[in-house]
Amino acid sequence: MDFMSQVVQQLINGVSLGSIYALIALGYTMVYGIIKLINFAHGDIYMVGAYIGFFAVANAGLGIFPALIISMVLTGLLGCLVERVAYKPLRHAPRISLLITAIGVSFFLEYASMLFVSPTPRTFPEIFDSSVAYHIGEFIVNGQQLLIFAITFVLTVLLTYIVQKTKIGKAMRAVSFDTETAQLMGIDANRVISATFGIGSALAAAGGVLVGVYYNSIDPLMGIMPGLKAFVAAVLGGIGSLPGAVVGGLILGVIEAFVSGFLSSTFRDAAAFAILILVLLFRPSGIFGRDAQEKV
Amino acid sequence: MKFGKKGRMAALLAGVMMLGGVLTGCGGGGGDKKADTNEIKIGANFELTGNVANYGVATYEGLELAIDEINAAGGINGKKIKLIKADTKSETSEAVNSATKLIADDKVKVLVGPATTAPVIAETQVATEHKVPILAPCATSAKVTVDNGKVQPFVFRSCFIDPQQGDVMAKFAKENLKAATAVVYFDSSSDYSKSLAQVFKEKFEAAGGKVLMEEAFVQKDQDFKATLTKLKTANAQVMFVPAYYEEVGKIVKQARELGITMPILGTDGWDDPKVKDIAGADAINNTFFCTHYSDKDAEVKPFLDAFNKKFGHAPNVFAALGYDAGKVLIDALKRAGSDDSEKLAKAIAETKNLKAGTGTISMDANHNPIKQAVILENKNGGREVVAKIVP
Amino acid sequence: MNTSQKRDTVMLALGLVIFAVLYGLMETGVIGSFWKLNILIIGINIIMAASLNLINGYTGQFSLGHAGFMAVGAYVSVVLTTNFHLPFLAALLAGGAAAGALGCLIGLPTLRLSGDYLAIATLGLSEIIRIVLMNIQYVGGAAGFSGIPHLTTFPWVFFSLLATLFIIKNFVNSTHGRACIAIRENEIAAEAMGVNTTKYKVMAFTIGAAFAGVAGGLFAHVFYIITPLSFTFMQSFNYLIMVVLGGLGSITGAIAGAFVVTFISAILADWPEYRMIIYALALILLMFYRPQGLFGYMELTSLAPFKRFAKGGKDNG
Repeated sequence: MDFMSQVVQQLINGVSLGSIYALIALGYTMVYGIIKLINFAHGDIYMVGAYIGFFAVANAGLGIFPALIISMVLTGLLGCLVERVAYKPLRHAPRISLLITAIGVSFFLEYASMLFVSPTPRTFPEIFDSSVAYHIGEFIVNGQQLLIFAITFVLTVLLTYIVQKTKIGKAMRAVSFDTETAQLMGIDANRVISATFGIGSALAAAGGVLVGVYYNSIDPLMGIMPGLKAFVAAVLGGIGSLPGAVVGGLILGVIEAFVSGFLSSTFRDAAAFAILILVLLFRPSGIFGRDAQEKV
Repeated sequence: MKFGKKGRMAALLAGVMMLGGVLTGCGGGGGDKKADTNEIKIGANFELTGNVANYGVATYEGLELAIDEINAAGGINGKKIKLIKADTKSETSEAVNSATKLIADDKVKVLVGPATTAPVIAETQVATEHKVPILAPCATSAKVTVDNGKVQPFVFRSCFIDPQQGDVMAKFAKENLKAATAVVYFDSSSDYSKSLAQVFKEKFEAAGGKVLMEEAFVQKDQDFKATLTKLKTANAQVMFVPAYYEEVGKIVKQARELGITMPILGTDGWDDPKVKDIAGADAINNTFFCTHYSDKDAEVKPFLDAFNKKFGHAPNVFAALGYDAGKVLIDALKRAGSDDSEKLAKAIAETKNLKAGTGTISMDANHNPIKQAVILENKNGGREVVAKIVP
Repeated sequence: MNTSQKRDTVMLALGLVIFAVLYGLMETGVIGSFWKLNILIIGINIIMAASLNLINGYTGQFSLGHAGFMAVGAYVSVVLTTNFHLPFLAALLAGGAAAGALGCLIGLPTLRLSGDYLAIATLGLSEIIRIVLMNIQYVGGAAGFSGIPHLTTFPWVFFSLLATLFIIKNFVNSTHGRACIAIRENEIAAEAMGVNTTKYKVMAFTIGAAFAGVAGGLFAHVFYIITPLSFTFMQSFNYLIMVVLGGLGSITGAIAGAFVVTFISAILADWPEYRMIIYALALILLMFYRPQGLFGYMELTSLAPFKRFAKGGKDNG
């Protein structure tokens, strides 16, 4: 393989990894946009989504798409539940208390699932022929990579449609812009926030199931690193911005692939963080972020 | 500020006082749990939660099986064994904490665990201070039992040490597979993987082979494609991946997806049915690894059956080593005739030709067991023995 | 002697009494090894929480990278004691200085960021520190640095703790500290009042990082081995939890937070599988009922009975 083909192959690797970051980052960014909470439990919601998908496939014998939908629905409901039980009572508390609660929820999800499903990793039954691969010249694109990319694309389009064109989407944008004024206009802010958590969690669940199928292994702590990476992706793209989350996720995935492929994989995470910090220093609100100057 | 500006010093000391008060209350109580002379207490200090909990829990299961068996058979000289477990949260510092708790509060006579190397090294100090022997079921680093050329008097293990396996696999690659070139892909966050990679390279090159490229990943990585793409460009004849099953499964799967067809070699960290599940039955073909036993061995069968019956799934290598540790301990307790720590340490050191779950074990002068190894090939969904190495 | 000095003296005397009592109990074996170790850990955690509180609580800068500075202090001091056989005090100070210098270096560019952006940047930096340590073979890389002498004893921890609290308390009550609090309350207003915000933010960050370095040095010399895995961002979360649980902007709070968190973990050690679940629930419930933390901005001394006690009945209202 010559150098250029390596670059292209790494690009393919990076985009498929980045698509998953993007799916998780979308949920992060939506929640942040609406209640300014860094929802550290989001990565663990993604883990729960992966497990629901796993049980749907392994125990109920469903195919990939029904499992994906069931997992998205149930995890979405879980997201609403978490918001209702853990975050809503703190709506008017200092933001940092809310953040600590999010960390608490994260610990709870991790260790409760460790107790109930055991820390041993689970493997997805083979529901998708992993040997399907497309050789384009020297490059190899795997069937699963295409699936991940396609599902991410469809879900992003769907989400953009919901946020831009539907009533609930309009309400979300209004609440995100100014919660109190939105409430004065007759918008039920609590319902909107719940819906945001639901949708964000459903997207994370989709990411979880896809990761389960793609890497074929899930465990109770699988959400920690991807959760953090997705947050980095969201900030990189400009937190609160939907296209930002997708672009941030893809950029992060590609950076990681390139660093692993051409430098050393042990510096991969360091490079991701270094680029994040550089971007923040020169463009503090991220690539697509709105510049919000604090007024006196 | 709304309160007196000199308040803080007062506050801090009051806080310290509170700390002191509560602690003394609790500290006194913890020290004198009643000793039951009719049981022998064994401390199981394992990674029950956290990052590597899957290894810790599996090892604990194996140990538990061995202890249950001896208790069901009437115990040792009429005494039952009580297994007291503690959790290291998969953190080195926490492992010292839980080991201290087992030794000081629960008054255990011997510690088994943790599964990984670093926490065993960390707890050595406190165990040696209290003269409590440690039996490490699967900490393979040479540093565990021998520190700076000095044998740790209270630390033993019941598994291979790293150099042994690296040597075996390098010879196998060179002689059986006739490979002249190799690439090495190891886990830089694990002592086990790092030293195996090093030994393999030395031995393989000493035998006339050449290691073309070395790359590393870190534990819990999910995506290996980028580095595998790079390794593929070296066009070597074999790839050596000394790592644990979770990552190995993913590496083999992704390597095959990228069209890497060469034989992939590994070590006992591969020995888990999950490798095949993760990688897929086709992808796992043409891989070879060195481990302690083959599931076709007649002498291993009782262990495999008992484990399956108790836990409902096949044991992996951690469970098998946990079971072996239990066997070594039971044997030593029998021979020591008491649970006195120093006698027990002596008895463990004198372990000879013990029929454990996975083979015969004798302890050498460095507190490392001498045991057989086998090389297995993953082939058509099963495993076949391709070589047997008797020490 | 003015009241401030008088109170300091009273407190110092009280501290010495507590020290003598605890030390006596340890030496006589009333406090067993397990709690002895946990007292050391609580002390180290208090230093971490109090120094993070200076950054997060008093200056209002949201740092999520405290474990990174701890790692720097830990590694620098173990190299000095183990490989260069320097005295422990020198190694601790060097560790603190190295962490402080790095804090200053990192603080200068990043403290321009605010709020959650600063949080993720500091988190990223601490992870970078950890990954760099993982790649330095001289300190053992990912497998860790072993063979560290066991130098951290109760007196070391106690007097480091006392010194930390004393310095932080005096800093907070000084002109500089006031400037930091002004920044927390409203950065723009503080700047308008002529406070050099960058200078004070970096100053608080540097001091906080330096004490985290000292705590790291103490931490490393408790255990025989340290690995980069002991300093992940999860550890930074833990220290943040201590600070928020106790009350941001309260030294008493930092002490209480560090104490409560370590203590819960230690007493739940008998139920390993449920430990973290109970801890998580306790955390969530505490945030429900005391979102401002156990102490809020309050100090123990602002409580009426204590005021009388500390000042001998004289009230300066």
